[in-house]
Amino acid sequence: MADNISAVTDAEFDSAVLKSDKPVLVDFWAEWCGPCKQVAPILDEIAGEHGDKVTFLKMNVDENPVTPSNYRVTGIPTINVYQGGEVVKSIVGARPKAAILNELSDFINA
Amino acid sequence: MTDQSEPRNVIIIGSGPAGYTAAVYAARASLAPLVFEGSVTAGGALMNTTEVENFPGFRDGIMGPELMENMRAQAERFGAELVPDDVIEVDLTGEVKKVVTYGGTFYAKAVILAMGSGYKKLGLPNEDALSGKGVSWCATCDGFFFREQHIAVVGGGDSAVEEATFLTRFGSKVSLIVRRDELRASKIMQERAFADPKLDIEWNSVVESVNGDGRLESVTLKDTVTGETRELPSTGLFIAIGHEPRSELLAGQVDLDAEGYVLTHAGSTATNVRGVFASGDLVDHTYRQAITAAGSGCAAALDAERYLALLEHQAASARHTDSVAEADAAFAQA
Repeated sequence: MADNISAVTDAEFDSAVLKSDKPVLVDFWAEWCGPCKQVAPILDEIAGEHGDKVTFLKMNVDENPVTPSNYRVTGIPTINVYQGGEVVKSIVGARPKAAILNELSDFINA
Repeated sequence: MTDQSEPRNVIIIGSGPAGYTAAVYAARASLAPLVFEGSVTAGGALMNTTEVENFPGFRDGIMGPELMENMRAQAERFGAELVPDDVIEVDLTGEVKKVVTYGGTFYAKAVILAMGSGYKKLGLPNEDALSGKGVSWCATCDGFFFREQHIAVVGGGDSAVEEATFLTRFGSKVSLIVRRDELRASKIMQERAFADPKLDIEWNSVVESVNGDGRLESVTLKDTVTGETRELPSTGLFIAIGHEPRSELLAGQVDLDAEGYVLTHAGSTATNVRGVFASGDLVDHTYRQAITAAGSGCAAALDAERYLALLEHQAASARHTDSVAEADAAFAQA
């Protein structure tokens, strides 16, 4: 699988996500989450196609407890889009590619 | 992927134990099956389980996702073509069946339906809004977020009890909310639940509402005997009240029962539509086990194989009749 999505940590979250000029999508995932593994290749594809408009990052919730807790992530996969330091979109649960593209249309078709 | 107008032998829709077993059998019968696995549901319901202890042949148990990965690899080894795409439309009524996915349109002489089932919801007003905010359908995914918190689980069957016992690893306390005064779960699961010091059972109770603003705070329970309501403070609610067949695509084409399960002829996987076979949880009200789904997937592949042989036989005898007629005509002209 191509790897179009870099990992982000609690320590980097402020600079890499909240202070970013571009919208940033963060995929909250964990090793033990089946649906996370199913949605990961779909997000990777979308990142390959639309990485110019949106920065795609992923955060391992097992290794990074602070950010998920701050954003009240209690179900994974949670896919949040941040713009100007705020959550502007939140998708909970794995979805087919077409459904995710549809949710992201405001950002990738801009 | 492009349109393929030459029909395949068989398309299999679904990739749980039923779909992959059908694929193994169809592939070994040289039918080169095309399997639409689903983009996010590949592997089916077992992808979200932990240990499977009752699948024969695995003496020490096997993890659900690993079992499915093995079945997938086995189907692939014999030449099944596996595509992680979603079917969005079917037309099954004609001699040649049409299956439309996001990636293209495909045709086949026979179709095996094995889409399985999806989680049933409680049907409460706040349920969707609190989904991912405390309300969950996947204990293995989300249990982690409720460390040292009071977790509730709704349901009385094997999956509910399995989830509840699994969640005691994380929660300070787990309350299992059961509609009746007994569990439907198997004896071994019941014994495990009763022996677990962190697990309480709320008997004769149904969930009346899920409460919280942006985050689950409590669950209101109603006593099914007295009608009284009470508040259960809980930050995590896992819903395991059963499944619904994923038959939306089939409405109006294949006979379904009142609950949406596909109807098959007794003792067969054949539906009311020629060349369309159904298997697994899509059909099964009763047993709903990995092994029964696998068994019916096998049966569907054998039924499809027999059907294709019959089609071939009919086509051959039609060709034979044609050639006899041509010979007769040639003879008459001579």
